[in-house]
Amino acid sequence: MNIIRYQNQGRPDLAHAFDRFAALRDELDRLFDNSFGPVLRTPGSFSRWTPALDVYQDKDQFTVVAELPGLKKEDIELSLQDGVLTISGERKQEKKNEEGYRNERFFGRFQRSVTLPASVDGDKVKATYEEGVLRVVLPKAEEAKPKKIDVSVG
Amino acid sequence: MNIVSQENQKTAQQSTEQTAYVAPYVDVEATDSGYVLYAEMPGVNREGIEVTVDDGNLVIAGHRQAMAVGGDPLHRETRRLNFRRVYELDPSIDANRISARIEQGILTVTLPKAENQKPRRIALD
Repeated sequence: MNIIRYQNQGRPDLAHAFDRFAALRDELDRLFDNSFGPVLRTPGSFSRWTPALDVYQDKDQFTVVAELPGLKKEDIELSLQDGVLTISGERKQEKKNEEGYRNERFFGRFQRSVTLPASVDGDKVKATYEEGVLRVVLPKAEEAKPKKIDVSVG
Repeated sequence: MNIVSQENQKTAQQSTEQTAYVAPYVDVEATDSGYVLYAEMPGVNREGIEVTVDDGNLVIAGHRQAMAVGGDPLHRETRRLNFRRVYELDPSIDANRISARIEQGILTVTLPKAENQKPRRIALD
């Protein structure tokens, strides 16, 4: 299985460098706020938003679960090409003021891709989005399902 | 930082003796009428939310529903921990009028200032 939770998108241009600097500052704020407390943090990202993602398999299907709190259904895009499922989209601010009192959350575009380890039936893929969690069920193609072969012993 | 201010470490410590929690990512917005807090709690629904004010502390907690997923995990990044975070409330906030709602994993808590704390315009005679 080849999934890399990559951290960077876009070119490392100057604007991006400043974004990263801001993110680093936020991360340090958060770190020092809580460094002596036992409250655990979600995995820190020093750069852009990389939603956490799980992949499950049973004999008939794969299930991909991604934590995407605060999106609208229509802002999530799913594509399946050559056995690669790509989840992308954009999160927009609920806030009215651009200037937050204190900001830790990430807004903007995100993208994750998953290479599925076996072929799936693209026509039967189903997705739901509830409680900020996206769930994509990808039924395996017939040829990818484990087969039971009866061997008659003569 | 002293409005919806520093997180109260002591309270957080006491709670984690029983359960492991993760602190949600939170944005706090200052408005004319008070503050609005947005906390990311994916996988938490209405029943899982607990917002309490105790001794000047605002506690936001979110308990995840057990997720029913068929099959064996091939790859896992989500941590499935419940969420909890404690804020010291500024005395200007009217604790009786705090309201909360959750939608697609975002807990929104509205913290209104007491009426006599709001900025007001003084008319000249």
